[in-house]
Amino acid sequence: MLAAITALLLCQLIGEAVVRLVALPVPGPVLGLVLLLAVVALRRGVPATLESTASGLLKHFSLLFVPAGVGVLQHLPRIEAEWLAIAAALLVSSAATIVVTAVVMRAMIRLMKLDDTTRSHGA
Amino acid sequence: MIAEFTDIWVYLRTGPLLWLTVTLAAYVAAQWLYERTGLNPLLNPVAVAVVLLVALLTATGTPYQTYFEGAQFVHFLLGPATIALAVPLYTHLGTVRAVLLPMLVALLAGAVTAVGTAVGVAALLGASFETLASLAPKSVTTPIAMGISERIGGLPSLTAVLVILTGILGAMLATPLLNALGIRDWRARGFAAGVAAHGIGTARAFHVSEVAGTFAGVAMGLNGLATAFLVPLLIDWVR
Repeated sequence: MLAAITALLLCQLIGEAVVRLVALPVPGPVLGLVLLLAVVALRRGVPATLESTASGLLKHFSLLFVPAGVGVLQHLPRIEAEWLAIAAALLVSSAATIVVTAVVMRAMIRLMKLDDTTRSHGA
Repeated sequence: MIAEFTDIWVYLRTGPLLWLTVTLAAYVAAQWLYERTGLNPLLNPVAVAVVLLVALLTATGTPYQTYFEGAQFVHFLLGPATIALAVPLYTHLGTVRAVLLPMLVALLAGAVTAVGTAVGVAALLGASFETLASLAPKSVTTPIAMGISERIGGLPSLTAVLVILTGILGAMLATPLLNALGIRDWRARGFAAGVAAHGIGTARAFHVSEVAGTFAGVAMGLNGLATAFLVPLLIDWVR
């Protein structure tokens, strides 16, 4: 577990350092994610200790968003002033993204004749 | 007696212990409520915990900075947790390999739609640049979205709030929208929920179908990567 935590922190540290060193526009943790993905792909497997540490961290992933969410306190005046633009953007964008993604994926699956049997019945 | 309570309060409110404990307690309470109501998407545990904490901070007149001194220990774990997303992503990439190309094309279309429509609609309605930059990455998981927001001149904490709202909206809209479109393939349904509504959409997808949940989880990871590279390119158009 300690080795797994060290590996996760090391990937993040390298990610943050590289992003700043070469002025990449992506966040450090994203590069760290890519790095870890490359390492497990090269090893052709995830060590058991990394598997359990990662699933432990991700099991309570939602909790980790709470402190940042409370930060809304600092933005109440802005949200009050721009609430219509924010609400419309979130609503239109969420609906459009679901529709576009699902329709494109279905079209591609049909085009490549990859239809399978795991179909829903309107749930 | 009251003076003693005041003394204890004065002592506790300055250290990190109080607000760290209260953050965990608020989340445990919110999780309990969510489970008790049959996982109602309207009672999303993150949203409920945030409302509880905001009410408590306002009632006690505690500034956010004081709160964050305690909550930062939870917040810090977002970084390592983002890296840890590589593990389920790798594990599931094997099972989704059969439809890899349809997924990647849908991912690109979905990621561009998510960023483009959010920024476009808000810009048309006169939102400020900080708001636009904070909105742009709202469909990806919070730690990645906050990182993107910070790098393009948005407000990371506003982004966090917008990400959570997007997740709740997406989780509510996915089932009725996909039914109306007649899309029955669980893979496409789950993938769409994950691209649009990150972890909250993924949790919702797992409630309906294991296949949909797996595809949603992969979509969340891939969209985090795609959006991190896309947003810095797209945001230049509105600057």
